[in-house]
Amino acid sequence: MTTGTESRAAAPAPTEPGAGTSSLRAAPATRPTSKRPQVPAGGPGGSNLRPRANLRVRFNRDRSLVFMALPAVILLGVFAYLPMLGNVVAFQDYSPFVGIPDSPWVGMENFSRVIADPAFWLAVKNTLVITAFQLVFFFPIPIALAMLLNSLVNPRLRSAIQAIVYLPHFFSWVLVVSVFQQIFGGAGLLNQSLRANGWQAVDVMTNPDTFLFLITSQAIWKDAGWGIIVFLAALSAIDPAQYEAAAVDGAGRWKRMWHVTLPGLRSVIVLLLILRLGDSLTVGFEQLILQRDAVGADASEVLDTFVYYTGVQNGDWSYGAAAGLIKGLVSLALILAANKVAHIFGESGVYSK
Amino acid sequence: MSTTTTKAPAAFASSRLRPERPAWDEEPGRMAKTVKVVVLAAVVLAVLGPLYTIVLTSISSQATITRAGGLVLIPGEITLAAYEQILSGGVVTRAVLVSVGVTATGTLLSMVVSVLCAYGLSRPGSFAHTPILFTLLITMFFSAGIIPAYLLVSSLGLINTYWALILPSCISVFNIIILRGFFMGIDRGILDSARIDGASEWRTLTEIVLPMSKAVTAVIALFYGVGYWNAFFNAVLYINDSAMNPLQVVLRSYVLQGVSVPGQIDVGDGAAASPALQMAVIVLAMVPILLVYPFVQKHFTKGVMIGAVKG
Repeated sequence: MTTGTESRAAAPAPTEPGAGTSSLRAAPATRPTSKRPQVPAGGPGGSNLRPRANLRVRFNRDRSLVFMALPAVILLGVFAYLPMLGNVVAFQDYSPFVGIPDSPWVGMENFSRVIADPAFWLAVKNTLVITAFQLVFFFPIPIALAMLLNSLVNPRLRSAIQAIVYLPHFFSWVLVVSVFQQIFGGAGLLNQSLRANGWQAVDVMTNPDTFLFLITSQAIWKDAGWGIIVFLAALSAIDPAQYEAAAVDGAGRWKRMWHVTLPGLRSVIVLLLILRLGDSLTVGFEQLILQRDAVGADASEVLDTFVYYTGVQNGDWSYGAAAGLIKGLVSLALILAANKVAHIFGESGVYSK
Repeated sequence: MSTTTTKAPAAFASSRLRPERPAWDEEPGRMAKTVKVVVLAAVVLAVLGPLYTIVLTSISSQATITRAGGLVLIPGEITLAAYEQILSGGVVTRAVLVSVGVTATGTLLSMVVSVLCAYGLSRPGSFAHTPILFTLLITMFFSAGIIPAYLLVSSLGLINTYWALILPSCISVFNIIILRGFFMGIDRGILDSARIDGASEWRTLTEIVLPMSKAVTAVIALFYGVGYWNAFFNAVLYINDSAMNPLQVVLRSYVLQGVSVPGQIDVGDGAAASPALQMAVIVLAMVPILLVYPFVQKHFTKGVMIGAVKG
């Protein structure tokens, strides 16, 4: 994979030969990892000839490296792993006044309440519908846009357009929804000009029936541009000789796209598709919470907002935690399954090394 | 604006970007060119159009806004009154200061922790390398959820403190993996020669590795900074004291919920804010991103792709 979608000027000036882009592709396993030459350590490739040095020697050698990693590990321990343990409240009748140690245990009762709750299944349905809808109407857009940009011959124009379309990715959801409110809201630009021309105003921001279109267009406005970055890199990795050979053999523009460009993008498309499927249960939490009041819970309640409103807002902590735990575990299973599927398709998947 | 026919300037001739149409590639027809130009113009307009009218409205006078009937498309009378009003003390001013403070402190802390961790993990085979890496990666696949996170922050006594806006989101494993990917790619000969010269790991990191990694650290710092600046839900969850609200929360109540922010001095008749004031708050939420973006933007491809490739 090359990083060739940017101009030379954009690359950081390497201070030493071999420190630039080319060395980025060096496989990590081939790098000797020992601090002292006489103590070779086994990389993942395991090409070391001598046996591994004992732990103590290795610790003394790599002490500084371990200490460097420590602050991050501590932060994760506190803010990622401790809350995992905190999920025990899902098996309790938790009360903040009593605390986790003294709250009564109720076994699986919260889970059976969640499973029997129609509101929970509505949230599941909405989540899956949003995921499916965006898979069809959002997912292909960055691919098409990347192919369109890639066909531009003028590099300056191309990077200018890239810079513009990446920008909304860095805006917050509050900002994106605010911008949409100003353009499509009741007092927004669209209705303002409709009314000025004597037409009826349209209700875009608060209409539950069209909410799916609304949030998908917001997602496209914010992130479709950013999505092209991966595809552009994949496109620039396609060997131009393939195009040339195809052209010499008489393949026209569309045939080349079908037989050269799309196969070149295949692995990236499969990878991102699988990532998205593994992430099915997570759909724009902030985006939806911001607009829940405007369109109502029926259209906008998804799993994450369900957990928040039942748990934090209604104070039913154990119930919310049970719903959240179900979501977390199913998501984990989906990600692992998605990765398995990726391997079956012969792609590298998410966490291969 | 020509899209496809312009010959690239000579400066690009040696670039890896195709500077001009290769011989085997036929010129696209008039129809195809028109479609391309229209689509690309529409995309650019969709991004820049809304921003244009929002910025313009924020600097327009009340009379111009009334004449336009709301958002202003054609520049009229220009005034900075809206900015003077919201930045002369009150809720918005305080929210800007809170957001700037949290973003600056948070980004600094995140960068220190992440760079150290990424360098510490940049040598496969070093002591405890694999267990530590797995400790990090597992959190990318399973997150505990909102409720336990809230209970933890609350039991640590961080509710209604600025640390609640920083510590829970302090490290992104994804960012650490990107940094680590870059550090692993640095030529080991350079690191070896530093070691032979007697440099410690700390010194190697600060004096050799970091200066070589300016682009990727800039991108990661932008990712963290944007994350802190844009964070909205953490504040809803952990901050109950409205005086401590960051700008995003104020933006929501001011623009989306139509609340006239209490403590705001002299907002017209006390009803919903006038369009210029609302737009000015929106612009304030964008400004830091627009300021930093141009300098970091050109390094995106590199930063993101390393992560995607090495992941």
